[in-house]
Amino acid sequence: MKKKSGNAATLYRVIALIKPYMGLLLLSLLFAVVTVITTLYAPVLTGRAIDYVIGEGRVDFPAITPILIQFLVVVGIMALSNWVMSLCNNRIAYHVVCDLRAKVYSHVQELPLSYLDSHPNGDTLSRIVTDIDQLSDGLLMGFSQLFTGVVTILATLGFMLSIHVQIALLVVVLTPVSLFVAAFIARRTYSMFRAQSQVRAEMTSLVEELVGNQKIVTAFSYEETAKERFYDVNHRLKDVSIRAVFFSSLTNPCTRFVNGLVYAGVGIFGGFVALAGGISVGQLSCFLSYANQYTKPFNEISSVITELQNALASAKRVFDLLDEEPQTPDREGALVLKEAEGNVELQHVAFSYVPEVPLLKDVTLSVKPGQRVAIVGPTGCGKTTLINLLMRFYDVNGGAITVEGTDIRDITRESLRANYGMVLQETWLKSGTIAENIAYGRPDATKEEIEEAAKASYAHNFIRRMPQGYETIIAEDGGNLSQGQKQLLCIARVMLCLPPMLILDEATSSIDTRMEVRIQRAFHKMMKGRTSFIVAHRLSTIREADVILVMKDGDIIEQGTHKELLAQGGFYSKLYYSGQQTQEKCE
Amino acid sequence: MLQLVRYLKNYKKESVIGPLFKMLEAFFELLVPLVMADMIDNGIANEDKSYIYRAALILILFGVLGLVCSLIAQYFAAKASAGFGTELRDDLFAHMNRFSYAELDKAGTSTLVTRITSDMNQVQAGVNMVLRLFLRSPFIVIGALIAAFLVNVKVALIFVIAAPVLALIIYGIMVLTIPMYSKAQKALDKISLATREGLNGARVIRAFGRQKDETEEFCGDCAELLRLQKRVGKVSAVMNPLTYVVVNLAIAAIILQGGKEVDAGVITQGEVIALVNYMTQILNALVALQILIVSFTKAVASAKRINEVLALQPTVLDKEEGGLAAAGVRGKSNAPAVRFSGVSFAYPGAKEEALSNLDFSVQRGQTIGIIGGTGSGKSTLVNLLPRFYDVTAGEVLINGVDVRDYPQQELRHKIGIVPQRAVLFSGTIRDNMRWGKADATDEEIEEALSIAQAKEFVDTKEGRLDYKLSQGGRNLSGGQRQRLTIARALVRKPEILILDDSASALDFATDAALRKAISERTQGMTVFMVSQRTATIQNADLIIVLEDGEVAGIGTHCDLYRDCAVYREICQSQESAEEESA
Repeated sequence: MKKKSGNAATLYRVIALIKPYMGLLLLSLLFAVVTVITTLYAPVLTGRAIDYVIGEGRVDFPAITPILIQFLVVVGIMALSNWVMSLCNNRIAYHVVCDLRAKVYSHVQELPLSYLDSHPNGDTLSRIVTDIDQLSDGLLMGFSQLFTGVVTILATLGFMLSIHVQIALLVVVLTPVSLFVAAFIARRTYSMFRAQSQVRAEMTSLVEELVGNQKIVTAFSYEETAKERFYDVNHRLKDVSIRAVFFSSLTNPCTRFVNGLVYAGVGIFGGFVALAGGISVGQLSCFLSYANQYTKPFNEISSVITELQNALASAKRVFDLLDEEPQTPDREGALVLKEAEGNVELQHVAFSYVPEVPLLKDVTLSVKPGQRVAIVGPTGCGKTTLINLLMRFYDVNGGAITVEGTDIRDITRESLRANYGMVLQETWLKSGTIAENIAYGRPDATKEEIEEAAKASYAHNFIRRMPQGYETIIAEDGGNLSQGQKQLLCIARVMLCLPPMLILDEATSSIDTRMEVRIQRAFHKMMKGRTSFIVAHRLSTIREADVILVMKDGDIIEQGTHKELLAQGGFYSKLYYSGQQTQEKCE
Repeated sequence: MLQLVRYLKNYKKESVIGPLFKMLEAFFELLVPLVMADMIDNGIANEDKSYIYRAALILILFGVLGLVCSLIAQYFAAKASAGFGTELRDDLFAHMNRFSYAELDKAGTSTLVTRITSDMNQVQAGVNMVLRLFLRSPFIVIGALIAAFLVNVKVALIFVIAAPVLALIIYGIMVLTIPMYSKAQKALDKISLATREGLNGARVIRAFGRQKDETEEFCGDCAELLRLQKRVGKVSAVMNPLTYVVVNLAIAAIILQGGKEVDAGVITQGEVIALVNYMTQILNALVALQILIVSFTKAVASAKRINEVLALQPTVLDKEEGGLAAAGVRGKSNAPAVRFSGVSFAYPGAKEEALSNLDFSVQRGQTIGIIGGTGSGKSTLVNLLPRFYDVTAGEVLINGVDVRDYPQQELRHKIGIVPQRAVLFSGTIRDNMRWGKADATDEEIEEALSIAQAKEFVDTKEGRLDYKLSQGGRNLSGGQRQRLTIARALVRKPEILILDDSASALDFATDAALRKAISERTQGMTVFMVSQRTATIQNADLIIVLEDGEVAGIGTHCDLYRDCAVYREICQSQESAEEESA
């Protein structure tokens, strides 16, 4: 019951989406009625015409001709209204979907990062792409088949009743039999389909593991075992899929058989009625074609309903995404931060992603303009947490972060972020040209400015060597660039705006050493005179920092300069000397 | 598709019986209008009740026969297509298993996964459909035409005109819309790409305050899709009304022409009705065929992709029995454990060599460090040892025997590999360890875990060796996964251990403990250690410095530090701070 009301709510929201196209919808419905009625009226006319074709020398051509002309007009009207109806349906479905996609996407842009971080991107992606597509299919099918189907059933019934009540009732009584048969088969096949999809899922995950890691399989000479495991699943799949395919393909012939019975029944019964003079032969032929038309929507209805259910389920997933709370909007009258000097303060900051696991408990830190803050610690210690808070991707739970003495929650997000230049290790580039990517923060930058930024960040050389230079198209995720090149582009992107404060994430081992030297130099150039927060891996960077924050298990456990921390003999010094012990002196 | 037909060879009987019975069913369907016409002309016209009864019985009999035929057809089609799918999948899987790294690089493993799953399903469904329906529609069209000719030649001429016109409309629209649909699909792919980028780049987009622009751009993509969808919708919306008009024009013509024939006493009223019915049957069959063709094209495209995989020949093969070195020689000998002699290697299709002219020897039990920038050929070098690729020139010798003279199975048993990416498989920790050695005892596994510094965290897991890993080992941290992959390679006590930058997720202390354990507890094991960190390899007996696929220096840490500029540069960039502070 509860599920149903959920469905109803979803349906209501889908209808709300269609509202702007009410005019079109009414038009479509109107033409659907016209289409159905003309479609049904045509056989009446042919039947009437056939009634004038009685036998040798008894064909009344003067009577037939006007009927046939009438018939052609009806057919013409039907064709036209059918066409207009399809156009309306397409328009509504595609427009609704386009609107919805835009709405969802702009909503996603407003969602707090905590949502995006805690939900797999693939899931959100499939809601925006696949689910909305499913909804579009469902809408189209709903308009074009469900509505016309219902109208057809009702109208056929009406026509049949108007010709002959008993025969009509016969059809009405017999038709549900085919529905019953279809439902009966569907129930039986459901369990077989489930068995098939289970084995199929098992096979897919086996294949993903083994073929997806074929190199490991080869390396460990696991081929024979792999083959045996695959063979086993494959042959189990064979058995279940023969059964599933066979039983599911029963529906069609069986319902066709039942329809055949209905047809025969109408034939006999109609024949007797015709004998008794109740109806004409033409009317009988008309009845026969109705018997066919009447059952067709019933046969289709089960697939239409599944499609609609799928569409509703998809719509619900999309609405769930839309219902996610957007980030708290900027405060009314929030300050637009101009060029900051670089005074950043953390006052008793407390933060956690989930309430049960407190991370930062009480962090206090004061950074003066131009100072360098190095953030140090083993992988996974939560260095990005600090970046998240500084950029206000997340809000603190306790205490406050201030820039130039103003709580960052009183500053507009946009102006706060514009004051930071951020280079992360996960280099994100947009598919587009290199120039577009460098100018990402300042789309109005001139060609010269872009080149200058590239030169300043040591990226100019490799860009020049690319096939189309600055106009080279970067594939998705920078696929055609090396990790180091991507990093240089990200630096150039920041270099072009050069905000007063920086957040830098030093590369770990995946970059080759010479590239790293260049990146290092670019970093240094940028940091000059700017307040910088650096997630540091290199000892030289760490040693030169004005403040070192040592993080472990999500919290800042030590804070001070290199010398102070070594003197403390805490975690930092342990970390430092464990690296040191492996060193060997050659000279 | 044709090349794959051979996989039906064990199902010849089924593949013939299926379509045959389907045609039989269609045949009964074609008879129905004739029986009905007969009933109208004789039963109703002569007011013969028993005639009507008989006709009805015949109709029901036809219905039953049709049903039986159809069921037989479905059963055999299902059997043949499932059998076809199973055999092809078996073959495909076995074929993929023979691929060397060169073929895997070329095809891409994620592509291979798609081929054997969704493409395979598509083809299997296609075969099933062809067996059931492909003959049926043309049979009905032709059958209806023949029936029309049997009834009356003059009226049948209307069919001869109408049927091709219908076919032309249906297939013309299909031909027109298929490229339009694929354009719309491309627009949808673009939306998909834009969404993915928007999600992956959320931080950067916000950092630069570009949310509005991104949304606008996205709306532009949506509008483009909308435009294409509406365009294709306009064309395909024409089909129904147009075919409807043609069919009904034909019906009007049939009544008119049929009327003349009836008037002349050539045919009867019932036969006119039968002709009208045949017209409708033709239309239905053609529409069904069109839907069929669309899905069939998909199946053919999938079949083509599968064929591409089947056409890819494995390049690394065992030599014929006589060509291999004698089993005795392949055992341990006094020759160096590993020797590279004039080895060059280029990836297939690459213009430049990934490795050029490598020459060095390694004694049993030595530890070799390999260092160099990305793309310098470090991983390539170690991949030549287990013969994942074949050298393009020179030879790689293990125990004095060319690796190409070993059976691959035997060669790889000598070697334990820890790949860069820590991949584990769903199953227990024990299952994973047994990848290294199928019959490993718990003691052997424990020993390996302890060397790999994994014992400590395995102890904290519920059930220890019975602890279940999810797919890819996602319920472990990166460092834990890495240590398990090291243990997996150690279980078989290999002669040669290859660590391909496989300690990158470990902190300094664990990394050091691991190296210490390996050097102390694995007597006689030759170890190749690829790394970007000089700290990891500087205690090695021999360090090979690679630059652009060439050896820039070979020697110990101190030798190289003194003599090799590339090595010194690497060291300085990583360690200058320590050197100074000491």
